[in-house]
Amino acid sequence: MEKKQFERPYIKKLQAGMPSKFGMKSRVEPLTHIEDNGVGDLIKEFGSPLFVISENTIRDTYKKALHAFSIRYPKVQFAWSYKTNYLDAVCRVFHQEGSWAEVVSGFEYDKALGNGVKGSQIIFNGPDKTDEDLKKAVENDSLIHIDHFDEMYSILALSEKSGKKPKVAIRVNMDTGVYPMWDRFGFNYENGDAWDAINRMMINEKLELVGLHSHIGTYMMSTNSYKVAAGKLADLAHGIEKKYGVHIKYIDIGGGFASKNTLKGAYYPGTDTTPSFGEYAEAISSGILNSELDPRNLPTLILETGRALIDDAGWLLGTVIANKRLSSGNRATIVDVGVNLMFTSFWYEHEIFPAAPVSEHLEETTLYGPLCMNIDVLREAIAFPLLKKGDHFVIRRVGAYNMTQWMQFITLRPNVVLLDTEGKPHVIRKKETMQNITEQEVLPGHLT
Amino acid sequence: MQIKKNIAVSETGFVFDPTSGESYSINSEGQEIMVLLKDGKTAEEISETMCAEYEIDKAGFEKYFYDFIGMLRQFQLIETED
Ligand SMILES: Cc1ncc(COP(=O)(O)O)c(C=O)c1O
Repeated sequence: MEKKQFERPYIKKLQAGMPSKFGMKSRVEPLTHIEDNGVGDLIKEFGSPLFVISENTIRDTYKKALHAFSIRYPKVQFAWSYKTNYLDAVCRVFHQEGSWAEVVSGFEYDKALGNGVKGSQIIFNGPDKTDEDLKKAVENDSLIHIDHFDEMYSILALSEKSGKKPKVAIRVNMDTGVYPMWDRFGFNYENGDAWDAINRMMINEKLELVGLHSHIGTYMMSTNSYKVAAGKLADLAHGIEKKYGVHIKYIDIGGGFASKNTLKGAYYPGTDTTPSFGEYAEAISSGILNSELDPRNLPTLILETGRALIDDAGWLLGTVIANKRLSSGNRATIVDVGVNLMFTSFWYEHEIFPAAPVSEHLEETTLYGPLCMNIDVLREAIAFPLLKKGDHFVIRRVGAYNMTQWMQFITLRPNVVLLDTEGKPHVIRKKETMQNITEQEVLPGHLT
Repeated sequence: MQIKKNIAVSETGFVFDPTSGESYSINSEGQEIMVLLKDGKTAEEISETMCAEYEIDKAGFEKYFYDFIGMLRQFQLIETED
């Protein structure tokens, strides 16, 4: 007698008339390929876990963003936010597309120079710039965004020594109706600190005030906050025009656009709620265009968009280690990707897909990383099919911050590959080796 | 392992727990296992029956079986052993 095909036994509670949040998805479609590359093939060649970045997606997303702003405002310039993903290959794709660089440390500054960015096209942000960093930035004509008065005096002292007139902007923080307000960076608009800083620079004449900068926060869902911020910077620029007869060259509205990831605890998925580039662009350009600024002499609009430009272009491939039941009876799946690689799982409910077609039956599952630490949770509760040990899965939208904030903790960091515009994979960061780690260590003589 | 006595398992794939008022849907493999459990069969006996009937070996079945028991326990359909 022929045996019957076996399906995993399951039992599922029936909820009469009580659909869960989204009428609980009854199926998870597998994600088997990333731009024609089989997930299993990629893992076979490059190991698991594996970060995969799509050059096509980066370029397409960038073009969409640029288009959304360019049709609404005459002069637009993007500056790639290095901290969001500073793998050189990624940065160079953005630079090829026309992006400048936005950096917040001497390390990032040197990386931008190494990627061939002209000094005058590097925006230097952040509260921690050493005198050494500032000297280099002044010599290279970079755009230094001043965060506090101490920094302004350091730059003044440097300019006296070098005889150069540093190009600076001030970072302005302000109330845009979102809380918490990021008032720890820059000079406050409402209490007059920003004007105070502007006046000191304009009167002193040793610095060239070329721009006004703000970065109101990250994953900002409110487009109106950008309109308020752009309006306030435009007002400052107009005030400078009136008082000193000087046209500010640019308004830099920072980054902060939400990506399509879903924030933890959000009721609706990010794909439904995230404003489009067009909506952000509409808010920001109208904030400037509706100001008193002379329309024949408008400042360039600079954008330091990070996560919204790169999140979609990154995937993390991984492998199931084991399944178990917790004491509560809940299913837990342990995988080889933990919070060491997925820093963003602290704030996002990442979408995760099996890499091959599997049973239709979903069960609420906790996905744990491999770290032997209680905090190592990828997803607290996800409706997920049962994957077996050795099965692969794909985490979507991981391009932003994970490849910079990852930790070398307990395990080594894996390969990162870039799929070029033809879909061909290239390793752009080799997986770490024991030697990479131990060569930094020094044993005192009595322990050798 | 004992399924609670008053639990009703229908042949059409439904389970009803009169104590809680909850109903459940199961597939045919789950239904067969529940019936065998209700008949007081041991894990070993159930495994033999199922492996004879289906395209699966004992090691493979065991994993799914205990996962399934875990679900039954989670839904409190199994007597707690004291
Ligand atoms: C000054 C500045 N610009 C740009 C960014 C990029 O932000 P996002 O990734 O939210 O677009 C950041 C991120 O914190 C930032 O601090």
